[in-house]
Amino acid sequence: MSKNKYGTIMMNGMIFNNPTFMLVLGTCPTLAMTTSAISAFGMGVSVLIVLTLSNIIISALRKVIPNAVRIPSYIVVIATLVTVLKLFLDKMIPSLYDMMGTFLPLIVVNCLILGRAEAFASKNGVIESALDGIANGAGFTVALVFMGIIREFLGAGSFFGIEILGGFEISFFTTPMGAFIVYGLCIAGFVAVMESVRRRSRIKKTKLLNDQPDLLEEKEAA
Amino acid sequence: MSFLAIMVTAAFSSNFVFSQTYGICPFLGVSKQTKSAVGMGAAVTVVMVIATMITYPIYQLLLAADVAFLEILVFIFVIAALVQMLEKFIKRFSPPLYNAMGIYLPLITTNCAVLAVCEITSNALATGLWEMNIVGGVSLNFGWSIVYALFGGLGFLMAMVIMSGMRENINHLNLPKSLQGFPITMVTAAFIAMAFYVFTFINFGG
Repeated sequence: MSKNKYGTIMMNGMIFNNPTFMLVLGTCPTLAMTTSAISAFGMGVSVLIVLTLSNIIISALRKVIPNAVRIPSYIVVIATLVTVLKLFLDKMIPSLYDMMGTFLPLIVVNCLILGRAEAFASKNGVIESALDGIANGAGFTVALVFMGIIREFLGAGSFFGIEILGGFEISFFTTPMGAFIVYGLCIAGFVAVMESVRRRSRIKKTKLLNDQPDLLEEKEAA
Repeated sequence: MSFLAIMVTAAFSSNFVFSQTYGICPFLGVSKQTKSAVGMGAAVTVVMVIATMITYPIYQLLLAADVAFLEILVFIFVIAALVQMLEKFIKRFSPPLYNAMGIYLPLITTNCAVLAVCEITSNALATGLWEMNIVGGVSLNFGWSIVYALFGGLGFLMAMVIMSGMRENINHLNLPKSLQGFPITMVTAAFIAMAFYVFTFINFGG
């Protein structure tokens, strides 16, 4: 039963409530950092780390923080984590630090992180919150890398920095205009796929209901 | 000439929404009606200008005290406190203004365009490779920073109003279900961004 609960948290964060394609949260870094797959991956992992740690800290402190000042408290926690991350990247991975530019400090105001703190970590235990952070961060990272691969392939003719199309490029896709179009069409595609999956599962259920009504009732009761 | 260069660069050729992709969340979330778009845009402009006035000197103090790495914490705190005070102030002294734009103030704390303006004008992220506080060939001092924040905010307001006008018409279209809502808004924003791209060809001789 408890294992099932963790599975639900993971599936919700990664697919059914995917922060990028279903909820459309944290859009600014999504549009700006998906010019290449590598920078998209860097941004995704940075958000994953900050989100997981902030979820853990906030859910551990959820009984200590007074309700009236909870949002400023969350912002202080997140801003501290981002400051640490910024100093770390500046020293350890300066190329990524330069690539991210202003969008590194802007992780503080990423609505995904504050949203998960408010909606999940302030109401749930530490382990669930950590898992929720990992799931949402992973969903965000996968979505960003997916868009990064598309935009890098079309815009620079390469895949993770390795040239494959031999100089062919449509540089439109590395500009913000290309970002808007690719993001919009990715959301549309994701929603369409989710809809068709949902419809198919509904058809399966009705079919099952017609064939063996007892079996389904048993399944639903469990 | 510097004034013109900063004005056109901030509001048009490097518009926060269409060319730098800052502040997309309110741009998508609050642009369903023109009235709310104007309120949100005006509130963002006011907060941007005042926040720049405060954070620019504070960053100089941080630099002098050799604790410049605290800038993220300090900036976000200044913005959060400023938004709170402004909301109380407007509510107390001008209820009509509060009804027009005050209700959007709490949302601004997490608007990344405001924090981005503070970071850009104070040049907090300058690295060996590039400097940020040069706009339209002009290096931003305190005065120019405020001009930049003002016209950046007005550019954001303009983007919101254009988008809300488009969206009121888009809602009447008969679209496939998966394209409704955010996807068609994004694609529309891409076409507006193409129009704004033309402004990058203006040369100020700098």
